[in-house]
Amino acid sequence: MEGMGQFFAMGGYAGYVWPAFAIVLVVMAALWFISDRGWRKSEQTLAALRKNRRQRESDAE
Amino acid sequence: MAVITRDLHLAVRQGGATFLALVFFLLTVTLFPLGIGPEPAILARVAPGVLWVAALLAAMLSLDRLFQADFEDGSLEQLTLSGLPLGGIVLAKIIAHWLTTGLPLLLAAPILAVLLNMNTEGFAALLLTMLIGTPALSLIGAIGAALTLTVRRGGVLLSLLVLPLYIPVLIFGVSAIDAAVHGLNAKPHVLLLAALTLAAIPLCPWAAAAAVKLSLE
Amino acid sequence: MSLHYFANPTRFTRLAGRIQPWAGGLAALLLAVGFYLALIVVPADYQQGDTVRIMFVHVPSAWMAMFCYIFLAVASAVALIWKHPLADLAAKASAPIGAGFTFLALVTGSLWGKPMWGAWWVWDARLTSVLILFFLYLGYMALWQSIEDGQKAAKAAAVLALVGAINVPIIKFSVDWWNTLHQPASVLRMDGPAIHPSMLWPLLIMALAFKVYFVALLLARMRMELNLRRIRALRLAERSS
Repeated sequence: MEGMGQFFAMGGYAGYVWPAFAIVLVVMAALWFISDRGWRKSEQTLAALRKNRRQRESDAE
Repeated sequence: MAVITRDLHLAVRQGGATFLALVFFLLTVTLFPLGIGPEPAILARVAPGVLWVAALLAAMLSLDRLFQADFEDGSLEQLTLSGLPLGGIVLAKIIAHWLTTGLPLLLAAPILAVLLNMNTEGFAALLLTMLIGTPALSLIGAIGAALTLTVRRGGVLLSLLVLPLYIPVLIFGVSAIDAAVHGLNAKPHVLLLAALTLAAIPLCPWAAAAAVKLSLE
Repeated sequence: MSLHYFANPTRFTRLAGRIQPWAGGLAALLLAVGFYLALIVVPADYQQGDTVRIMFVHVPSAWMAMFCYIFLAVASAVALIWKHPLADLAAKASAPIGAGFTFLALVTGSLWGKPMWGAWWVWDARLTSVLILFFLYLGYMALWQSIEDGQKAAKAAAVLALVGAINVPIIKFSVDWWNTLHQPASVLRMDGPAIHPSMLWPLLIMALAFKVYFVALLLARMRMELNLRRIRALRLAERSS
């Protein structure tokens, strides 16, 4: 347990080291999440639009 | 050339814009003593920076009328159809902008420098750097003005685009005056500022013309 | 026009779809390894103590901040000169990533600076340049946002990116110049200790992780932009029919 405590204390710099790594993870994850969701959404919208158009074309025939 | 005189005539007839830029310059500079206190030594210390920052902002605020009015009433399109090279037209408009904004600021700067208790050794450097530096403000600003032509209420966007690009002008301008005030050699700073303006003369009208062209398409 | 126009992008979508999961997985793996090395394996520095660990996220972020801008400028040049239909998408897609890394470089630098310099922020030449770079990213993204016509926005943004790219070295030079004039004597330089080989490897792995992450994210964002463009075209066609 001693070792774990020491690890988290970061030689007294825990207040700087951990936030730095945390914010990197948070920003990278957030960017990834936003982009991935945006892509999925655009994919859905596109599929719906295409389906619509196909339907209308077959209706017209 | 004809474009310059035309723009100048328009500016003189409207009159207001030049006056507004000047008043803005004056007001901004007045805010500083009110903000940081009337201590003459402190004011003298910050005077070069305050004058340049205020001039920068005043020049930037007047950028939107560089192309906007002509764009809206269609005369910009007419000018481009007149067969003149677009880069030349843009350069002419930039010169007109400088004559109606940069030059008045340059003339007002020494008076404000007195108000800020600036060391008299810095006056020559102040005039010189303003003379060399303000054309660069008009030149660089023209790119931003051209890029935001089609943007409704593009003022904030314009400042976001232009201010980072103004930073070198600010740095060299202020450091030249600071050097002169402290009795150091201001020449390298002035030369760098001059190099900046000289480089901007061919590059900026070209880039601004490209931006104007795409907003006219 | 549309068939020819989309021929290339369609192939891109297929290829990107194949690469993207691999790149994403590899980035996650490398990041995990990098974090493990930086937080656990690497010994504390005898001068900077454990704060030196921040370097392993700060320096790669700063590298990526620069790299993304170079990428953005090159993509913009390709878009303007050769009118490649994917280039302006690549430029647009890379801007938020670059802004993200620039933000990280600033924040981690601040978290490193506080224990080392005793201040969250000093007007050091590098910090100042990175801050200005951040503003350039913001301006670029704002310009894209505010012009409605997609093609006009693409061209305007490309012009701005190139003007910015010419200006980045000038700004860097002027800020260095300004900083040497105003350098406070007490400020410690960030590049102080030469890097020890035992630290170089974790640093390179972390840098690689960031780069692969960039590739994965770029592909995802480009596919999204491509879809959005197609959606716009379909909607326009619908309205006109």
